[in-house]
Amino acid sequence: MTPVNKKWVEASSPPKEHQARESSVVRIIKKILLSEYFILYLTILCFFILWIIIPNIATPYNLGNILANLGPLLPVAIGQTFVLIVGGIDLSQISIMSVTSVVGAAVMSYQLDGTLLSASPLWGNFLSVHGSPVGNTLWAVPLALLAMLLTGAVVGLLNGGAIAWFRMPPFIVTLISMTLFGALAVWLTKSENIFPLPVSFDTLGSGALLFLPVPVVIALILALLGHLLLGRTVFGRQLYALGANEKTAIVSGLPTRRNKLLTYVLSGLGASIGGILYTAQLGTGSPALGTDLLLDVIGAVVIGGTSLFGGKGKVLWTIFGALFFVLLDNSLNLLGLSYYVVTTVKGAVVLLAVLFNVLRVRIQERQ
Amino acid sequence: MIAMTAPLLTIEGVEKSFFGVSVLHNINLTLQRGHILGLIGENGAGKSTLMNILGGNLQADGGHILLEEAEYAPHNPAEAARRGVALIHQELNLFTNLTVAENIFIDGFPRLKGLPFIDQRAIKARTRHLLSSIDLDVSPDVLVEKLPPGERQLVEIARALQTDAKVMIFDEPTTSLTTRETRRLFALIERLRASGTSIIYISHVLADVYRLSDEIAVLRDGELVACEEKQQFTTARMISQMVGRNLEQLYPERSAPPTDKVALEVQGLSQAGMVEDINFTLYKGEILGLFGLMGSGRTELARMLFGLDLFTEGTVRVNDVLLQHNSPSASIRQNIAFVTENRREEGLLMESSVAENIALAALPSFALSPLQFIRERRVRERVQQVASQLQIKSRSLEKQAVKSLSGGNQQKVVLGKWLMTEPGIFLLDEPTRGVDVGAKYEIYTIIDDLAAQGAAILFISSEIEELMGLCDRILVMRNGEIQATFAREAFEQEKILLAAFGEDETHEPH
Repeated sequence: MTPVNKKWVEASSPPKEHQARESSVVRIIKKILLSEYFILYLTILCFFILWIIIPNIATPYNLGNILANLGPLLPVAIGQTFVLIVGGIDLSQISIMSVTSVVGAAVMSYQLDGTLLSASPLWGNFLSVHGSPVGNTLWAVPLALLAMLLTGAVVGLLNGGAIAWFRMPPFIVTLISMTLFGALAVWLTKSENIFPLPVSFDTLGSGALLFLPVPVVIALILALLGHLLLGRTVFGRQLYALGANEKTAIVSGLPTRRNKLLTYVLSGLGASIGGILYTAQLGTGSPALGTDLLLDVIGAVVIGGTSLFGGKGKVLWTIFGALFFVLLDNSLNLLGLSYYVVTTVKGAVVLLAVLFNVLRVRIQERQ
Repeated sequence: MIAMTAPLLTIEGVEKSFFGVSVLHNINLTLQRGHILGLIGENGAGKSTLMNILGGNLQADGGHILLEEAEYAPHNPAEAARRGVALIHQELNLFTNLTVAENIFIDGFPRLKGLPFIDQRAIKARTRHLLSSIDLDVSPDVLVEKLPPGERQLVEIARALQTDAKVMIFDEPTTSLTTRETRRLFALIERLRASGTSIIYISHVLADVYRLSDEIAVLRDGELVACEEKQQFTTARMISQMVGRNLEQLYPERSAPPTDKVALEVQGLSQAGMVEDINFTLYKGEILGLFGLMGSGRTELARMLFGLDLFTEGTVRVNDVLLQHNSPSASIRQNIAFVTENRREEGLLMESSVAENIALAALPSFALSPLQFIRERRVRERVQQVASQLQIKSRSLEKQAVKSLSGGNQQKVVLGKWLMTEPGIFLLDEPTRGVDVGAKYEIYTIIDDLAAQGAAILFISSEIEELMGLCDRILVMRNGEIQATFAREAFEQEKILLAAFGEDETHEPH
């Protein structure tokens, strides 16, 4: 007495044999469409088309700009990739960035303007006109970096704990922590920026290494680590299983709760690294840092092809997605369009990407 | 059957198969006005498929059905309802978050004239009328989630009455009812019959079927083996018709006898409402059958042994070591493997490749510490070994998604996943469900091999024949308790079935 599930019938129906009738052109187009490098191809194609319309896009200065924008976005997007793979979502990343920025800047500040920051609850007990207690020591920057990473990890731990142990929905948990920690960043500074920051810290944002901006180098190292973690370790393999079918993962004895928790910690760490790099680029600890980046982060991951339903995604895809998104943003700005138009177009592109991915899966299933 | 008047419903030569496996073959049945037809058969005999065709959930591949002498081939449940056929589901099919009245009218709310608003007064009045006609004393405004199962069933019946059902199909309606609720249901069914409604009544409780029905039809392996007036049947005959002799199914000879070394010892295992005072011992090299109907507690027991569900009392010892932590990973460390009854939902990653599925549970043992990098080549080699040992037929272990394999091969992938962890105890819950005859034989052979190599196997099944064909002993569960244990010499189908169905119930009047 097995009532047959319709979805199952559809899913396991035998492959249809119509490929032979397709012309080679159609087959090549299909191959490109279904390739995991599709977004990369598309990015390169777009770049050359844009080059004709906006010659300025290929100047060394602008290429440097594109890379500078890519660097800090990538770690955040990679963190988000882990969470999406297990079927979750982390909206709190943008607030982690702003808290990170404020906390780090406060720890490493060495001289401050009392007229701006005297309303801050930190003023007088932690901050003064001479910055923080450690601000004028050699330990300022390392301690600040540690505090920033810790901030991301702690918020990730809180998110992950609520989601993995109390089985609360990721959407609401991270929405609340986004609101909460966003407010915390504003409260800590009473909406003021914290500057100046030590020069050694600023070089994290503006320095170059082997002709590449330091943020890009850091992002690529992290991407490599993320790639190895996801693709080569037991942990990575278990994340895909968890995202594909949690029940099967549980029955197979995988540590599903621990793994879920860890993805949010990684996502928090990714966000705080992004926060570090943006802060270094700005030279300022800002409570408004990252507030309008949610679309960029999730957009980059989704455009890359990582599934919002879980079980599917790669760091490499996220790199392509982020590259595409940064190029899009840059070209729209070069065209001199207003902020509103730029945002609208970006939103539309993300929506199209989601649609495209849905269609792509459908074509794949028919093959 | 002797037809006096033209029958209300005529089923002629209905066929249905899934993926080339025939589940219904040449079914011919008639249902008279105001009659009750009892439909019995083992799990998998095709009863639900046939009812789903009548209810519009499935479409027949061949044959045709006449309702009031007009062609009847509903494409969906709504069409079936319009034609007057109502399916009262095994798992109740109500919106528990809505009120009784809303549930009854969910298919079409009467509106206020010219307005897009529901005519609340009308539905309440009509609901009150319907509820009083079935003696259900609840308010139309009460939420269904507040009602006990018995009253929910009555709400379903009220819904069927609202759509003027001429044929009502009851699929295992008493599984979640108390004795009192059951009695009330039967009184109502008899009243419906008296008012001219025709009823198809499906149940495993043979005494109930016998008591209610005018005619009884028996399905076995998708074929109608008997359809006669109830006076022609006894409980014994019903059982022997259901079970029959099945010549296609063969079982491998057991290649080694069980040892006397204890692998698993369960003492006094209890969990309120699930299982009670379960005691048994499973030996190395033994295949121990566990037979019981749906809801007898057999699956719950296996889930507790594997650490998926909790138990409040009792102990489980593996190789004389008390099982401490109740979690699947702790059980896996004690070398226990669990093949669940539902491989698509709990056993496999359907979208992932065969190799990924097989490697899933054993990955940590192929990892280099401390970062647990996977030794891909070793995994691949071992997966290939397991796949060829189990003769998994797949175009590419690395590329083919499990969902495109046949049922038998999917089940072998689940077995393969556990073989990778080299377990000593296998809990197999319905390992041959949804598997065709040929692949069944292969799975039996695998099970026999495992036992011959010293593994202890708990083989849960609702197919009595496969247990008798393969097991050294059979435990029978009913109502969460072990009712009887049969040694191989004492295997007797009808005795085992009686223990599972409940010997006393067949005599007890409701």
